[in-house]
Amino acid sequence: MKTWIILGATSAMARAFARKVAADGACVLLAGRDIADLTTLAADCVLRGARQAEALAFDARDASGFAALIARMGHEEGELSAAIFVGSMPAQADIDANPALIDGTVTDSFTGPARFLQMLVPLMEARGGGTVVGVGSVAGDRGRIGNYVYGAAKAGFHTYLSGLRNRLTRAGGHVVTVKPGFVDTAMTWGLPGMFLVATPEAVADDILHAVKKRRNVIYTPFFWRYIMLIIRNIPEPIFKKMKI
Amino acid sequence: MTWKTAEYTGWGRALTAKGEIARPERQRTLATLLSAAMVPAIGMRRSYGDAGLNSGGRVIDMTRLDRMLSFDPATGVLEVEAGARIGEIAAAFAPKGWLPPVMPGTGFATVGGCIAQDVHGKNHHHMGSFCQHVLSLRLRQAEGAVDVSPDTAPDLFRATAGGLGQTGVILSAKIRLLPCKGDVMVVTERRIDGWDAFLSMLDTSAATYSVGWIDATATGQNLGRGILEEGETGSGLVPKRAKYRKVPFNAPGFALAAPVVKAFNNAYFRRVPDMGRTVVRPISDFFFPLDKIHDWNRLYGKRGFHQFQCVVPISSAPALRSMLEAIAVSGLASPLAVLKRMGPGRAGYLSFPMEGYTLAVDFPNRAEARELIKRLEDMTVAAGGRIYFAKDSLARGGDIAAMYPELGDWRRAAQTADPEGHLMTDMIRRLKLRSTAQ
Repeated sequence: MKTWIILGATSAMARAFARKVAADGACVLLAGRDIADLTTLAADCVLRGARQAEALAFDARDASGFAALIARMGHEEGELSAAIFVGSMPAQADIDANPALIDGTVTDSFTGPARFLQMLVPLMEARGGGTVVGVGSVAGDRGRIGNYVYGAAKAGFHTYLSGLRNRLTRAGGHVVTVKPGFVDTAMTWGLPGMFLVATPEAVADDILHAVKKRRNVIYTPFFWRYIMLIIRNIPEPIFKKMKI
Repeated sequence: MTWKTAEYTGWGRALTAKGEIARPERQRTLATLLSAAMVPAIGMRRSYGDAGLNSGGRVIDMTRLDRMLSFDPATGVLEVEAGARIGEIAAAFAPKGWLPPVMPGTGFATVGGCIAQDVHGKNHHHMGSFCQHVLSLRLRQAEGAVDVSPDTAPDLFRATAGGLGQTGVILSAKIRLLPCKGDVMVVTERRIDGWDAFLSMLDTSAATYSVGWIDATATGQNLGRGILEEGETGSGLVPKRAKYRKVPFNAPGFALAAPVVKAFNNAYFRRVPDMGRTVVRPISDFFFPLDKIHDWNRLYGKRGFHQFQCVVPISSAPALRSMLEAIAVSGLASPLAVLKRMGPGRAGYLSFPMEGYTLAVDFPNRAEARELIKRLEDMTVAAGGRIYFAKDSLARGGDIAAMYPELGDWRRAAQTADPEGHLMTDMIRRLKLRSTAQ
């Protein structure tokens, strides 16, 4: 008996992931801000084989709603897991014009989900297992001129997930850090400079495979591991002059 | 970004459009996009020609609005968003004993596309066309969304079924699924030696699903030879389907040169033993044989290809034979050629089907092929038949009224639904389908 709570379930990657765990017969709790859209997705998940599917309100910037979600999870028996797909990426130019946007970006991409997970983990530990899938970004591997605020928030999230893995492993659970490259979603639609774009379905397949194999950190598609290996190893005196 | 400027094509890749595309992932986003002005909707672009193209204008890609909304096991009625793909529905429901009642030759076609082309399948002679199983559909028009069913709004329904998206944006539909035994197919394949035998086999076949592959390069005594496939659903186990393969790049021109095709067809014909055989296959292999090879349209190279598909009444079978003869003698055909028996079932003013025989043949996009297709089109009109909008990229507008006697009814309904012509596409303009001055 598996239960997945999916934060940010309206995103294309989350939708693909929800459908796949639904087809395996899990109970899926779809959390996000657009309840009308999530209700539609819940119906879809049930028709694809979910034991149960439900739309729940979640806003990364409003922690007062988190406790209700955790309580809802507690009502399900068996293994509890969470997949975190939230995050926001305002254009760097918009942040330059209005630095206050940094707060929201960091809350959406890092501190909001971290706070939620921090509340959830005792329940997972009590059940003795479960998996946390945290979706970060290759942008978190190195700060670049184009999106370093978003990248910084994701880097923070990566570090948090690493620590959480250290903790949850002791209780029999597991944490998978996912670093997607370019994925064909509403966020990247029509952006210039996209290449080797992956479908949300392929990313969801990679994530599920990583969950089964208890991988720690995955890049998806896989070749981003090597692209980022190179980018991370460019010496700073050179990197600081580059625009990539 | 909401609107992306891109070049895009139909499945045949011979015609190209450049324009703005939006791909909403939520109904709310779609509603916002349409609040300013209506925009034609497109799906997986499996129509071969320009039915889904709008050069210089905008289109909305519906493929991310693809969720199944409700299902009633007592009646088999499934409600589904327009961007859902037929193959996905089949994969989700066949194990539970249900199938889409009509499935086109590719599982990648969306529900919205199947409605807008009123598609048919390998069971047309029994089950009719796709829209005959649509109980109602939700249509977004300029003033808002309306529910359209054959009973409550017969005129609008008939204009929307096979209506090439000209009455509004199809948001969702309620379809009555068909009970099936399970998710495997029991398929009987038989060699057919020639034209006359083929027609009589198609006429007398008692199978639920039937389709003929025809060797469009065989001439003389062998003219019209091919393989008849008859299928029934069944339950049981079959080896898991191999992962799909992909055509990674455009093939060179000689890949489908006449001698290559001739040799391939010969081998393909002899693949089935002389006395025939019965095999068990996954359901998707029978209904969507080419879906295993993603982007197979690249086999025709970067110039793309055309598919000619016509249907002629039973009494015009000799005319269809002459058409096949013209194709075989030309040496231009590709291995992909299909002959099917059709029943009378159709749901819309512009629906393709009529009782008779339908022939579909692919041709590489070359001048000789385009010439040949023009001749075939003339022969179709003379035979009292019609060509299929889902496949066409070459027809001229003048012949359409003769092929589609209800064109006037459709034109009037489309004009009422979209008076300012916001929903017009390249195909509508090329064939002057909505202009009254002809």
